[in-house]
Amino acid sequence: MLWYIGRRLLQMIPVFLGATLIVYLMAFYTSGDPILALAGDKPISPAVEQQLREQYNLDQPVLVQWLLYLKSVLTFDLGVGFNGRPIWDQIAAAFPTTFRLAIIAVIVETIFGVIAGVIAGLRKGQLIDTTLLMLSLLLIATPTFVLGFLAQFVFGLQLGIAPINVGRDPSWQNLLLPGFVLGGVSFAYVLRLTRTSIAETAGADHVRTATAKGLSRGGVVTRHILRNSLIPVVTFIGADLGALMGGAIVTERVFNVPGIGTLLFSSIVSGEAPMIVSLVTLLVIIFLLSNLVVDLLYGVLDPRIRYAK
Amino acid sequence: MPSDAQNTRRPRTEHWVAPLAETPLQEVDAADTTGTPRSLWAEAGHSLIRNPVFVISALLILFVLFVAAFPQVFSGQDPRYGDLSLANQKPGAEHPFGTSRQGYDILARTVWGARTSVVIGFFAMLGSTLIGGTIGALAGYLGGWFDEVVSRITDIFFAVPLILGAIVVATRLGEMNLWTVVAVLSVFGWTNIARIMRGAVISTKSQDYVTSSVALGASSPAVLLKHVIPNAIAPVIVTATVNLGVFIVAEATLSFLGVGLPTSAVSWGGDISDARDALRTQPSMLFYPSVALAITVLSFIMLGDAVRDALDPKARKR
Repeated sequence: MLWYIGRRLLQMIPVFLGATLIVYLMAFYTSGDPILALAGDKPISPAVEQQLREQYNLDQPVLVQWLLYLKSVLTFDLGVGFNGRPIWDQIAAAFPTTFRLAIIAVIVETIFGVIAGVIAGLRKGQLIDTTLLMLSLLLIATPTFVLGFLAQFVFGLQLGIAPINVGRDPSWQNLLLPGFVLGGVSFAYVLRLTRTSIAETAGADHVRTATAKGLSRGGVVTRHILRNSLIPVVTFIGADLGALMGGAIVTERVFNVPGIGTLLFSSIVSGEAPMIVSLVTLLVIIFLLSNLVVDLLYGVLDPRIRYAK
Repeated sequence: MPSDAQNTRRPRTEHWVAPLAETPLQEVDAADTTGTPRSLWAEAGHSLIRNPVFVISALLILFVLFVAAFPQVFSGQDPRYGDLSLANQKPGAEHPFGTSRQGYDILARTVWGARTSVVIGFFAMLGSTLIGGTIGALAGYLGGWFDEVVSRITDIFFAVPLILGAIVVATRLGEMNLWTVVAVLSVFGWTNIARIMRGAVISTKSQDYVTSSVALGASSPAVLLKHVIPNAIAPVIVTATVNLGVFIVAEATLSFLGVGLPTSAVSWGGDISDARDALRTQPSMLFYPSVALAITVLSFIMLGDAVRDALDPKARKR
């Protein structure tokens, strides 16, 4: 088991290096010189330019810059952004909000998604199944920002039960609506995956045996059908954590949530290259780690899966 | 050998076995041997036209394509003509869907927006499928170190979400047009196609007919192009169809964020984004482009679903 984790961590290294290199090049180099871009139309004094170049290692060759950047990540010393504020402080201020938002979204997609999927899968072809399938298709086809506007319109304006704009230091309650919107599309995918998987497993021999030996319906569903159907669902949720962080850019912008997504978007628009690189690196790390956790969960869900060597 | 006439007497032996004609097995085993066997695609096409999901989504797509090709049939107004003195009008005879905050005719904007979405969705689908298909097919067919390297590169791009990568590059590129949006979406959207193509090619290349054409001396490119890819392409087509919807959503999202097409372009994403400030006063600004966007994406996703079912012989019902 430890061997397996170690090997997986080793496999992550090239992906991590490649992703940070791509993002580094994209953030600093796709539109010419970042320092001149920072100065804009106004001329910049050579002394200031020189000082900035040294501060951000831009006087070094590109690969050296990237290695120096990696070193700053590994030592948790991210330095200050172009705006003069420490990058780490800005991330630390924004992270808890996005974390709460993501937790609400994951609860929505996991718990509601699996429950709805089980109901649909066990009643395949019946009215409730068709209704849930149509609902899921509609959710998938509606972009997150449209869903957000519709939610603002219905729950914020018409019903008046949720704030349209979340604002600073949001409470859990205020984050509820954005969290539901963020988890909406994934909820639909989880529903569909669970439904297909449940419908397949429900006809398996071991399920018939469990029913035949007199186990209650609830026992059969939770212990024999659900557990054996969850692997594709868990895979999806793990891969989706990364996408959720990306989706947070849109949701946070719709509801004005001061989180990682807003920070990332404003950094991208204002060309705050050091911040972009740090945030994307953080997102890639979260993505890779959640994929590892998913792989380890396989063994818990299905004891037949063993981790070789 | 007993004839059929003798057999109908049913001898009282212990091991009597009913003749095949009297058992339901015949029905199960029955195979249509009269007609020429249909290919996978013909069989799929046959089951598709009986699937209501396919028929509905295909009709919707045809409708959207028609709107995109001939928007002037549905609205005589110029989508780029805004008259501020006519802003925020309720639906009426002159403007069936009303007018926007800028005095644009909402029907015209909605109808002309179809072209932008369809063109970007289609070409981004084409671009990403060509990139991902080529990379995946080569990785799966050649295997070895090439596969290792390419798979890791795919992992790297997979770790950067489509929207995130697109935003970063789009902002750096400055003013976008139709083709730069297509390019950005293709460059960040090919990974799932590559993975699926690779898997399909690996399972196809171990088939007997591939082995035999190699044994007959066919060159590698010929085997790959003539035998492997045609037989591995089905799941790729399904994913590409769904991707088309995903790219339309991505384009709209980029326009909503203000890093996609410029505000002068007629795009559903941009229009929906504008509607935000008029949520209280003019909800129809939000409603019509949103519905158009959702229906278009929905029809491509439904089409992908239907084709997937049709190409999967296990799921097919006779």
